[in-house]
Formats: sequence, C-alpha cells, structure tokens
Amino acid sequence: MKEKIRIASGQGFWGDLIEAPYWQVTKGPIDYLVMDYLAEVTMSILQKQKNKNPDLGYARDIPGLMKKILPICKENGIKVITNGGGVNPVACAEAIIKVAKDIGIKNLKIGVVVGDDIKDKIDDVISAGCELNNMETGESVKTVKDKILSANVYFGAFPIVEALQIGAEIVITGRTTDTGLTLAPMIYEFGWKANNYNLMAAGTVAGHILECGAQSSGGNFLGDWQSLENMAEVGFPIAEAFPNGDVVITKHENTGGLVSFATVAEQLVYEIGDPKSYITPDCVADFSSIKLEDLGNNRVKVYDVKGNPETEFFKVSCSYASGYSAIGSLTYSWPQALTKAKAADKILRKRLENLNLKYDEIKTEFIGYNATQGPLSKELNEDDINEIMLRVAVRGKDYDSIERFGKEIAPLILTGPPSVTGFAGGRPKPSEVVAYWPALIPKKLVKPEVKLYEL
Amino acid sequence: MKIKLRDIAHARSGDKGDAGNVGVIAYDDKGFEIIRKHLSKERVKKHFEGICFGEVERYEMPNIRAINSLLHNTLGGGGTVSLKHDAQGKILASAMLRMEIEI
Repeated sequence: MKEKIRIASGQGFWGDLIEAPYWQVTKGPIDYLVMDYLAEVTMSILQKQKNKNPDLGYARDIPGLMKKILPICKENGIKVITNGGGVNPVACAEAIIKVAKDIGIKNLKIGVVVGDDIKDKIDDVISAGCELNNMETGESVKTVKDKILSANVYFGAFPIVEALQIGAEIVITGRTTDTGLTLAPMIYEFGWKANNYNLMAAGTVAGHILECGAQSSGGNFLGDWQSLENMAEVGFPIAEAFPNGDVVITKHENTGGLVSFATVAEQLVYEIGDPKSYITPDCVADFSSIKLEDLGNNRVKVYDVKGNPETEFFKVSCSYASGYSAIGSLTYSWPQALTKAKAADKILRKRLENLNLKYDEIKTEFIGYNATQGPLSKELNEDDINEIMLRVAVRGKDYDSIERFGKEIAPLILTGPPSVTGFAGGRPKPSEVVAYWPALIPKKLVKPEVKLYEL
Repeated sequence: MKIKLRDIAHARSGDKGDAGNVGVIAYDDKGFEIIRKHLSKERVKKHFEGICFGEVERYEMPNIRAINSLLHNTLGGGGTVSLKHDAQGKILASAMLRMEIEI
C-alpha cells in the first residue's frame, strides 16, 4: 500500500480555467487528476447536444485536454477521473481513444461508468413503486413526465473504484457526485471498506474541498482577498491523502493563491445545509466533526472526520422544460441616471400591460444600485451616480409573449428617457427555461455498470 | 458599542435549490462567541427582509468557528428558473457581512 497519494483538482465546473489540469500534471508530483464538469444545468445542455448528434453529450473540452496531458500522465503514472462523460460517457471514452491513437499512444485503458441515465426508464421506476416525488414539493414526477429533458442518478465512489480495480488509467463517468471523484482513489489505493464510515467521510470532505477547484485555494475568497499573490497563476488544490483518513490540502509550489485555514473553511461552508448531515451515496458525513489545522506554507491538515452509514437512496436529478425567459438591459447615464432607469422601467411595464401580455414573473433590477444586494443596498445620492444599467427579465409559458418583450425593450432607446445607450446586442431572444426536479430513488432500482475500453 | 460583522468574520454563500446558504466564519474565538450569540434565526431573517421569503435554518460549526444559515425561498425559484441577476446566491455572503452588531 502507498504511504500517501496526491489527488489534484483540475476543474471546478465546465467553463473553469482551461490551463488548470495542465498545470496540475506539470508543476509538481501528483497521482490522480480529478475533474468535476457537471452542474445541474450542464446535464440538460448535454442532453440537447446528444439529441441533435448521438456522438455528443459529454464535455467537449476533454479530448483536446487529453491530447495535451495524456503523454505526461502516461509517463508519470497519473490517473485521470472525471464526470465529464455527461450523458454520453461512452462517446467521450471513444473520443479519447481516437485522440490517443492520433498522438501515437500504444496502450490505454479507459473505464466508463454508465447506468446513471434513467431518462428512458422512468415508467419502469414508477411501475416499481417509486414516483420520484419532488424532494421540495412532494409532487409525483408524473406531473412533468412529458416534459423531462434528462434524468440522472448520482452515483458515488464505488463504480469508479471498480474501474480502477480492473486497470483503468482514465475513468469517465456520467452523473457522479463531485465528492466521489476524490474519495474513489483513496478507497482503491488504501483498501478502505465501504462500512468504515469515518474513512468514507474523510474522503468525502476532501472531495468537497476539491470539487470547486481554486475556490479552496484563494479563488472567491472573502477574507483578506487583496493579500493573495499571483492569482493569475493560482494553484488549484491538491489533497494529500493518508491511509488513516488524514488529508493535507495543499497546492503546487511556485503557484499563486493561498491554502490556509480561512480559504479551506470558506469552501467547507459552501452550499451546505445541516453540517451534521452531508448526504452522499457513500456515507453521511458530519462536517461539524472536521478538524482543521493550518500547518503553514500552504498546507492545511483535515482530520478526525466522523461519518455515518449511507442512506438507502440515490439522489436523482431530472430536468424538464418549463417555459421561456428573456433578459434585456439598457444603460442610463448621469444626471439622474437612476430616476431615468426607473422611469424607463415604468414605461416598459405600461406598454406590456397595454398589449395585455401575461408573464409568470417580471423582474427589474438596477445594476449599479440594488441588483446584487436588494433592499440591503445603501441609498445613494442621485448626483453621485454615474450610470445605472436597467435589467429587466421576464418568464412565462407563452413563447410569443416572451419574444414580444424583446421587441418592446429596444424601442425605449428612441421612445423613453434620455442619456441611454448600451443596446448593441440586438433584441433579447427567448431562451428555454430548464427547471429541476430533485428526487430520491431506492438504490436497488438502479445498477451502475462499469465498462473497459482498451487501446 | 456597534461593530461591523465584516470586521470579525468572513463568509461564503451558495445555492441549494431555491434556498441560499450563508456560512459566516469568525476570525477568532471571541468573534465566534459574538456571531454565536447574535446570528440568530430571527436576526438573520430580519436582516434579509425583502430577500428571504421563507424560513431560516441555523446550524453551528464550532470546529471552524462558523454559523451556517439556510435561507429558504430566497433565490426567485432557484438556479435556472430565477430571473435574479444573482440567481445562485453568490452575493448573500457579502450582503450578510453588512450587518452591524451591538455588543
């Protein structure tokens, strides 16, 4: 057994710093590169791409990235684990095989985890007695069944462990928890048992710290952010994991940013509910048990994590079509910028009303005044306001009404208050609103499957 | 004496469906005693009047000197449905730090 392994985070979302995975495999030693590509909205986008072209539906950055890093990973024995397979992990693996051939790699084993996509099995699931009731409203999934765009189960670490056990050097999954990507190599390397919940929780916490990329190494840090150095070359976080469950969060030497008690603590509280009950398919981790010790020099020890048994359910996330929305904006300038923007909003709303257009919601925000902090925003002296961006958004079921909104905001340039500009983008177009339906499914109704693709 | 929350703590926020979570982390033990005492459900709900339209849940994390508040019915329907500029509640943390506390 290895004494320790180094697991490096390469992406916090699809759209994250493209160079980061390359930095992680070149700027210092690592054993695993883990990359989280999937936000909820990503799954529905990928599903739409797959509907148009059955060879797509995965994070298309991956083949290009692999072309760049695969020779380095092969040379140094670095394994890559990612959920960027999206709704088509098999196609993703095939694309990587093709790239590997192109650059002259002779042998490669790719493990693919499938079985999370239950979009075409919802009727079977309902017949088996699970109505995928919405976790927030309690309604049966039957109410939105016809509008479902994607439906995926969140798998945990163990299907990835299985792929590693059969020799995979790269593991591509569909919907897998972000935390499972980091926990899996620890289970595999250290032979951790599934019922050792403290160890499952230790790896899960490390996964939570890594899952948003640089958000634990100085990115979006609300502490003393101005003291951080060289953010242009921010070091993405690395978890040094030990067989007893201790983990040290660090980053490569000579990179920017900071790993400290404060930067790691901020990530620990990110998007959590009850800290005693952080639920994953692998365990229920107790975030209030975590001990953090700042060792200095960009090293923070995370230890003594407690965990409890996993639940009998997987989480399922379904996305479904829920009407349309459009957002338009105009910029008003001094003098009386805010008063002008407010007057323009009033005129726009009156015109929409006169046309008898109905929306589920119309929302107006004044960027530069209250768009991000609402009623908490400080009152401003009108003369001190240089400019205000009026931002109006509408949402509704009727496409034509949303489209007409786009046609009503543009004319404000010539038919409303003065000192207005910033309408270069043309009329705002309606975009489809994708809503989410979170539910639980008994684990026995779904089976993860691991396939091996070889070159 | 009035102190600003931002002088004794930092924070991070994010979304959980239509709820936003705000984790406030005190810089030291003394600061944690202050936020433990003053960041009650009621105080947080009142602070976010006109922003949070649901219940506030409150959790303590003494291990990292933090109080986590979960603000229900806050993000205008959540992530992809919300029309808000800050649909994911990223700014709730900064908004929380505007709070002033009488000690």
